[in-house]
Amino acid sequence: MKRWALFIPFGIFIMLGFFLYRGLFLDPRDIPSALVDKEFPEFNLPTLVSNQAKSVNDIKGQAHLVNVWGTWCISCRVEHPFLVELAQKGVSIVGINYKDDNTAALKWLDDLGNPYIFSVDDENGTLSMDLGVTGAPETFFVDASGIIRHKHQGPITVDNWPELKKIWVNLSATAGN
Amino acid sequence: MLRSIFLIMCCVFSFQALAIVNGHEYPFKQGTDIENQNRAQLFRKLAEELRCPKCQNQNLADSNAMIASDLRRELYQQVKDGKQGNEIVEFMVNRYGEFVLYKPKMNARTFALWYGPLFLLGMAGIVFAFVVFKRRKQNTEAVGDEDFDTAESLRIEELLKGSDEGSKGSQSESEDK
Repeated sequence: MKRWALFIPFGIFIMLGFFLYRGLFLDPRDIPSALVDKEFPEFNLPTLVSNQAKSVNDIKGQAHLVNVWGTWCISCRVEHPFLVELAQKGVSIVGINYKDDNTAALKWLDDLGNPYIFSVDDENGTLSMDLGVTGAPETFFVDASGIIRHKHQGPITVDNWPELKKIWVNLSATAGN
Repeated sequence: MLRSIFLIMCCVFSFQALAIVNGHEYPFKQGTDIENQNRAQLFRKLAEELRCPKCQNQNLADSNAMIASDLRRELYQQVKDGKQGNEIVEFMVNRYGEFVLYKPKMNARTFALWYGPLFLLGMAGIVFAFVVFKRRKQNTEAVGDEDFDTAESLRIEELLKGSDEGSKGSQSESEDK
């Protein structure tokens, strides 16, 4: 056997090591959204607070964060104060109350503050299913023409906002507001 | 012997336990018998082939996650409405991405996934054939050498005879002691 052939196992080891090392830094929960760069799906749902009918046209004309939340969701509780803070800074946030109990949701907004321009009541999760929501919280970055530009899974926090802010600033700049 | 073979076969051909998808929870009753049978079959097949988007390694049939049961309900409804398998798969992929397919579509991105193993097997076959061929060639060469060098083989025989006698001698010596 030729001498170089003895290095084949070593080569295989290096390759395996390379892939395993890369694997250490991949997050298997980080699933690319199928809806990025697609239009926000049609919906026709009542708002949570005033029971007004809202459709997809109501979120067009201006960039929005569309935040999926529920009172049953612990991470949403963690996220909520920061959303209130963002709303005070002028970020326009629309809520989707995902499969929730209305009284509990209203109490939540009363107690913790309401960062949302409006929240639609997605009681059966139909809109959330059209959005490919797998859990709460999830936040969609929607531009003025109603196209989803980014999806963030998990809470928005002080730590990850600086990164997300760039996307948001881009969106609201192109919308001209 | 037969018994153990039978047991091994049982292990090899064991089926995945599917506790959640069963006829009681998801009955198909509204059409003709054949229609119902086909729909139940399609439902089972898709519940096994579609992956729960929230979970890492479970299909819709297997998972208890909220999103999985929602999607099972959606799948059930769509099958009941008489939708075709590819329409339903399309519906899921449009919302949750190709992540949900346990049987990924054939395209440029999944080409390696589908044919990579076959390619590796082919490579292994080529390497194996190469090694076998080389060994065989070496062996025939070695045999040829012996045939040619009659003088040397005679010398070897001589030496072997000599060592035989020598060992007999040493044996008798040890017996003496």
